[in-house]
Amino acid sequence: MAIYNLSVNEKKVKVDVEPDMPLLWVLRDFAGLKGTKFGCGMAMCGACTVHLNGQPARSCQTPVSSVGKSDKITTIEGIGDGKMHIIQKAWIEEQVPQCGYCQSGQIMSAVALLKSNPKPTDTDIDAAMSGNLCRCGTYDRIRKAIHRAAEEIKVSESGIGKR
Amino acid sequence: MENIKNSRRNFLKTSAVASFGLALGISGFTKDASLKKISAAILKLEINPFIIIDTAGNITLVNPRPDMGQGSTQAVPSLLAEELEVSLNKVLIVQSDGNGKYGSQTSGGSSSVRELWLPIRKAGAAAREMLTTTAAKRWNVPVSECRAEDGKIVHTTGKSLTYGELADDASKLEIPKEPKLKEAKDFKIIGKYNQRLDVPERVTGKAIYGIDVDVPGMVYASILHSPAIHGKVVSIDDSETKKVKGVLQVIKTERTMPHRTSEAVAVVATNCWAALKGKKALKVKWDNAGYEKSLNNADYFAATTEAAGKPGINFEEKGDFSAKFAAAKEKLEANYETPFLAHAPIEPENAIAHVKDDGSVEIWAPVQGPDWTLRDVCGYLKVKPEQVKINVALLGGAFGRKAYHDFVLEACHISKQVKKPVKVIWSREDDISQGPYRPGMLSHMQGFVDKGKITGFHHHTIGESIARQVFKGLKEDEADSWIGGELSIENSKYQFDAASKVSWTNVKTDIPVVWWRSVYASNFGWGQECFIDELAHLAKKDPLKARLEILPDERFQKVLNTLAEKANWDEKLPEGSGKGIAVFKSFGSISACCITVTKKDQGVRIDKVVSVIDCGYYVNPDNVKAQTEGNIIMGLTAAIKDGITFTNGICDQTNFHQYNILRLNETPKMEVHIVDSGSVPGGVGEPGLPPIAPALGNAVFAATGKRIRKLPFDINNLG
Repeated sequence: MAIYNLSVNEKKVKVDVEPDMPLLWVLRDFAGLKGTKFGCGMAMCGACTVHLNGQPARSCQTPVSSVGKSDKITTIEGIGDGKMHIIQKAWIEEQVPQCGYCQSGQIMSAVALLKSNPKPTDTDIDAAMSGNLCRCGTYDRIRKAIHRAAEEIKVSESGIGKR
Repeated sequence: MENIKNSRRNFLKTSAVASFGLALGISGFTKDASLKKISAAILKLEINPFIIIDTAGNITLVNPRPDMGQGSTQAVPSLLAEELEVSLNKVLIVQSDGNGKYGSQTSGGSSSVRELWLPIRKAGAAAREMLTTTAAKRWNVPVSECRAEDGKIVHTTGKSLTYGELADDASKLEIPKEPKLKEAKDFKIIGKYNQRLDVPERVTGKAIYGIDVDVPGMVYASILHSPAIHGKVVSIDDSETKKVKGVLQVIKTERTMPHRTSEAVAVVATNCWAALKGKKALKVKWDNAGYEKSLNNADYFAATTEAAGKPGINFEEKGDFSAKFAAAKEKLEANYETPFLAHAPIEPENAIAHVKDDGSVEIWAPVQGPDWTLRDVCGYLKVKPEQVKINVALLGGAFGRKAYHDFVLEACHISKQVKKPVKVIWSREDDISQGPYRPGMLSHMQGFVDKGKITGFHHHTIGESIARQVFKGLKEDEADSWIGGELSIENSKYQFDAASKVSWTNVKTDIPVVWWRSVYASNFGWGQECFIDELAHLAKKDPLKARLEILPDERFQKVLNTLAEKANWDEKLPEGSGKGIAVFKSFGSISACCITVTKKDQGVRIDKVVSVIDCGYYVNPDNVKAQTEGNIIMGLTAAIKDGITFTNGICDQTNFHQYNILRLNETPKMEVHIVDSGSVPGGVGEPGLPPIAPALGNAVFAATGKRIRKLPFDINNLG
């Protein structure tokens, strides 16, 4: 066992765990953040997607020992800054989730996409989102929700609606 | 505790606070469920299925159908809220716990709205009438001057009383036996777009699924199952496992399926990762002798093919099919095959059981039916229903898998030994390699045409029966009626002038099988609809027109004509492109699909999928569309991704790298259209799936001239 000081959603989290324990299980069972999901355990489904320093990462394949003290971990619980993130609002407007289990991972991938590419094409969405499986089959709505969120960003950046 | 927020425990608190109130019970959710008055003491109400309106005006509904993504937490309360004249967000929904007094409580067979459409609405309407009568009495005015509106009874003068203010007196009235239901034209919720209220928690990570539930003192267990599913443990070497920090114990356990029990080994640990890691380090020798043949795809499908050459047991026959087929001049014969499939919900199977010293048991699990879970737990542990408490957690997908409770009984078995609450978590490898699966099936098709019309059709269905294997409920000389009923003339509505037949041969296997989204319709829609297409071509008929000719039923005609219009069926396509259609009725709903494909390299690409569904009355059109979109994806996955195969006793697939499911970049353009027939409600969760694969197969033929008869196939290389 070893002590790790992590920065999760801009809070300090101290855990005493095995070095090879994947970040997924540290978050779920030791940091009490259950929003990040277990799906396959081999980075094939994307349900465990979190951000490491803003980049999407598969937490089921990220040993806690590989995460540094200064690395910033963001989970689904931390993207909204206390409010609904623009992506989450778009997900509600498009009524994306069915069972919803994969959606934390989907949203984490989508947030990262829009941060680096605020106006993604369908091809960009394909490239960024194809690592996230959804067995309920909500892909068409995910695509629509990302386009909707991109539109919202465009509107807010152009100053429309701002005073 | 977060996880029980929506459970009955919270409900009991609510009901205890409401010392007086109106309560309605509906005894069983049969079609003509009679409404029964329940005695006034609220605390007694927990023994009855009910609606409660407390004196504060809060309305509680015990939702008997767990939500696995199909939308039952919206659909069922909507039926109540509509008749009660309240808005949906004023209804508190609690999940039923399996008690028999709530009636049937299993989400399956696309049945939630179909079965509850009348009884739940009647309960709401009865409450509305009692509240109206109470208000009229209090004001001393005729009932006809009072109306229900948004949680209040309003008089023509404008004065009003809230339901909470009326509930106490209203509860003393007789419950009207035949309350007047609202007419469809007056519906404010049913049939209208409404956002699902459970979506926000599903996009913020706040929804608590089964796998997220924690209970105090809980330990975790990961289970090593026999690679040959039914093998026996010869020896256990747990020396490496015990070196894993967090591992507490390694114990022998068992996996109890409905029809048999297999040996297994459990690693019990203080945390989930330690349990999974400990399992990987475990070395168990198995005796798998005898299963090389009985768990083997090649042998199973060889047996189905052999059976195709022999007569089966008739489910129904019109005319003397064999004689007419023998005499027919223009005829065809072909075999269509569908593979075994895993459900693979993204949330793997998991359950917490606490078997206590006093014999009582508590379960927390994502299960499709608390009633069935209760029955299975009682049967397994030999305890009485009143000793067991079932807490249904949110399901992260299920598709039929979580109405099969082997994982719950495993948790019971381990908890009994370690005397603690135990959370069993299956790995993805367990989920994919252990089953149960949709059975692989063979359709032996025979048909003939006469003067350009399809007039003879025989569907010989061959394979393992869920009724036989899981429920031991099929006699050797009996045709499986689940299959026969669906393919019968009565359901399919196909009219063949000369002769038609549905027959069955049971080919047995030890590969565990169970229902999978749309059950056998997902197998036999493939044979039926591709072969109709073959016969249409033999008759030199357009496949749509050939169907319209032999489907006189009005609803089918409307669905097909709507599809033709929406999918622009008659448009001239460039060389190398083609359209295929298919139609299938399952679970009371008719769904048809048109797929357009274009040749690309050695295969085809899917340009567009258009689906049409007539599900009769529905609650939320957006949810009907969402479910049908999901069925397009799951239907395409079943057609062009991986099947489950067994070689010499062992499943060849272990995780998503070998059991691929469709990804976002492979998602074609899609459209879903609803036909408003105003018929009695049909299912929504499953009927969209069966036409997908045959529409694709028929499109491939239209574009390339290549007839695909075996699923899955490689869409990028048609061979």
